Amino acid sequence: MTLSISLTVNGTVQAVALEDPRVTLLDLLRERLHLTGTKKGCDRGQCGACTVLLDGRRTNACLVLAAAQDGASVTTIEGLAEGGQLHPVQQAFIDHDALQCGFCTPGQIMSAIGLLAEGQAGDDPERVREGMSGNLCRCGAYAGITEAVLDAQARLAAREDAA
Amino acid sequence: MSDPIPGIAAPAHLRQGSSIGQPLTRRDGPLKVTGQARYAADNHPPGMLFAVLATSGIARGRVLGLDVAAAKAHPGVVEVMTPANRPPLAGDPDAKDSPFMFRLDALQNDAVRYPQQPIAVVIAETLEAATEGAALLAPRYAAEPPRVGLDGAAAFVPAAVGVGSPASFAQGEVEAGLAAAPRRMEAVYETPAQYHNAMEPHAIVAAWDGERLTLDTPSQGMAMAQARFAALFGIRPEDIHIRSPFLGGGFGSKGLANGPQVLGILAARLVGRPVKLVLRREQMYGPVGHRAPTRQTIRMGADAAGGFTAIASHTLTATSSFDDFIEAAADVAHTLYATPALHTSHEAVRLDTGTPMFMRAPGEAPGSIALESAVDEMAFACGMDPLAFRLRNYAEVEPASGKPFSSKALRECYAEGAARFGWAGRPLQPRQMRDEAGLLVGWGMGTATFPAMMMAGHARATLRADGSGLVETGAHDMGQGAWTALAQVAADGMGLPLDRLEFRSGTSDLPDAGIAGGSAHMATVSSAIHGAGGAVIDRLAALATGDERSPLFGAGNAGVVAREGRLHRRDDEARSESYAAILSRAGLAGLEAMGQGAADPAAQKAFAMHAHGAVFVEVKVDPDFGQIRATRVVGAFAAGRVINPRMVRSQYYGGMTWGVSFALHEHAVTDRRSGRIMNADLAEYHLPVNADVPSLEAILVAEQDPHVNPLGIKGVGEIAITGTAGAVANAVWHATGVRVRRFPIGLEALIGA
Repeated sequence: MTLSISLTVNGTVQAVALEDPRVTLLDLLRERLHLTGTKKGCDRGQCGACTVLLDGRRTNACLVLAAAQDGASVTTIEGLAEGGQLHPVQQAFIDHDALQCGFCTPGQIMSAIGLLAEGQAGDDPERVREGMSGNLCRCGAYAGITEAVLDAQARLAAREDAA
Repeated sequence: MSDPIPGIAAPAHLRQGSSIGQPLTRRDGPLKVTGQARYAADNHPPGMLFAVLATSGIARGRVLGLDVAAAKAHPGVVEVMTPANRPPLAGDPDAKDSPFMFRLDALQNDAVRYPQQPIAVVIAETLEAATEGAALLAPRYAAEPPRVGLDGAAAFVPAAVGVGSPASFAQGEVEAGLAAAPRRMEAVYETPAQYHNAMEPHAIVAAWDGERLTLDTPSQGMAMAQARFAALFGIRPEDIHIRSPFLGGGFGSKGLANGPQVLGILAARLVGRPVKLVLRREQMYGPVGHRAPTRQTIRMGADAAGGFTAIASHTLTATSSFDDFIEAAADVAHTLYATPALHTSHEAVRLDTGTPMFMRAPGEAPGSIALESAVDEMAFACGMDPLAFRLRNYAEVEPASGKPFSSKALRECYAEGAARFGWAGRPLQPRQMRDEAGLLVGWGMGTATFPAMMMAGHARATLRADGSGLVETGAHDMGQGAWTALAQVAADGMGLPLDRLEFRSGTSDLPDAGIAGGSAHMATVSSAIHGAGGAVIDRLAALATGDERSPLFGAGNAGVVAREGRLHRRDDEARSESYAAILSRAGLAGLEAMGQGAADPAAQKAFAMHAHGAVFVEVKVDPDFGQIRATRVVGAFAAGRVINPRMVRSQYYGGMTWGVSFALHEHAVTDRRSGRIMNADLAEYHLPVNADVPSLEAILVAEQDPHVNPLGIKGVGEIAITGTAGAVANAVWHATGVRVRRFPIGLEALIGA
């Protein structure tokens, strides 16, 4: 039996036909919608490589059944840049060399955006480190990641002040 | 603006550029931060099926039966590949023709020789169906008792360690040196099995077109993989096209062709459609290599002034039941400290595990944490500061070979690192310092070392009619920054600004760039690129200086310099001509040349070549609960010429993080009854998270090396694990007074101490 759900992906409402109830949100994005920027590192919520924003909250897409997300809104790494302009977190990751192999990077960036939206970390590097510790980076780019998150927060705050 | 290369014999012409040495951001950064960088598993050719491995739940024995019918009955399952229906191979996956060739498991029989060994492949229309099908196979086994742990089998002396090194080395009178020494230490250090755990699981998308094969698969050595697959499938290497533009981490585990890759190709052949096969995380704890455990017995003697009289280091390690990779942990003593007598030796046992493999700083990493711990223990026995003790035993020549070093700025590393860290005033006695919260504070240090190797690699440089350049080489970027740093070398090599240079890399149809391993890729491929660019400019200069219509006529090749897309007369910079104009007048559409990077045998015979460093670490330990945190890590490293300091610093941070992990976090735990790894996932196999490495600092110490290769580059990818791991261990001792010799150091070793 095919299940039909409505999913808003990166701002676009899509009707998604699911012929299989076992499909995770991650596999839906990667293998059916071909949004492969979101990565699979462990498939059990341990590494954070598949982090997306689900209804605005950072979420491990591998732990979410797609069938249960009728009406939900998903933002992936592909949905951040606007008109070719990188999101401040994306730009900060480049500027601070907050990546090496790049495989965990989409998840790190989505997690960073989620963390900033949560407003819990402030400009305290220790809290940023703690708040980003659900996203593993085997290359060891953590120093740059922390710097990038702090820098992006400052850029976003400046943008809000200007607005 | 860079200078002519210091310390190198003057080239026939000079090339100058401003790219080398610049801290450029990653050229692949925009792709990676937008999700557009395409890794192997991101590919989805038309008609593609999904393959999922079924892997062994026992460590040793035979597969008696699989419920193939149940799997095939599952909706969406297309085929189940077992030894019974696996397409034939032209080559034997159990053949071993060289130390760089490892035996693979490709369903050649029903034997199980380690847990997580592939025993079948389920191929289906969807990933979900293939996954379910694999679970439905419900294998039945005839299990034999597993051989587990370093005491689990009889030790033997291997024929070679590492890649072809002798298993033992002896020089001087070790026993006499120990006997006569007023200060002695002897201790046993144990390091665990570790797994690479690149964030990107091993993956392959295989598509056959007749006898031609296209593969999307992460590879640190595309040409070697091409050759291996060609031999196994009986086709020509040039008919295999490998695309590996980005690796999601490698660390050695993607260096050589592996069994799951072969199974993906076989599955595609069996079903006649493209197939994607991606390992599940737990399946990375078997068929794709690991770092073997070691037990290292170190004995040292020192005279009254703290000078070594003898060093003896023996390593017991493990390999698989069916192949040899012997972790050469003891050999790190060959290069580090001056001693009149030195003995290193290795033994190994055969266990029911996958074959160990190169893992970031193989040999050096486990060897370094033990040796640096032992040095720290010896320094304390001599009543000396650990830095003063290391300086007292500074090796002016390589201890084992007696050769001079091609360059060695280790003294500068010690000095700059110690100053930055604030080492002076460290109390000799342990357990002397506390922070404001009452945590125990300790400071430790270690020396870092890694050989400066050269592999063999090639590159092609093309100068186009419009004066722009193209450099092509089948290099590999697993995060070290090859896309960026090699392009910088390429631009300077052709005397072009970076925006006039196109750099192609990452596929097997380009010139063979060798293997990205041994921290040798930058040095090797840069040499090839530099040579190729130089050969093109040579020809261009010959055209110009031999043509009386050129303002450069008569200058001679040595009389011109290539810069910013123009050749200039050295004696009169105002006289110059653009590359495009020279080609145009000569009626040429372009110029092309190859370059090669390889070791210089004469230089290797004359010099010992290594990068060096010094790492200083502060840890804080909870006196009640034993929790440990590495609160400050400062490393100073000297590794020859730095092409891109931003990328190099990131490599050092990565290595330092691995060093912290080696000392405090990661280890695989094997169940003695089943032989299975109990923590084969990313929650229980602890990798450092962001909060585990709060403060890293890397100092790039200036060093010029005229001997290692034309550009004076040493590798930086592995060295920072060494030194760091031991420094953390030594800091834990300094904080607590407890010397832990079994790694990683857990709080259980410190509670109540």
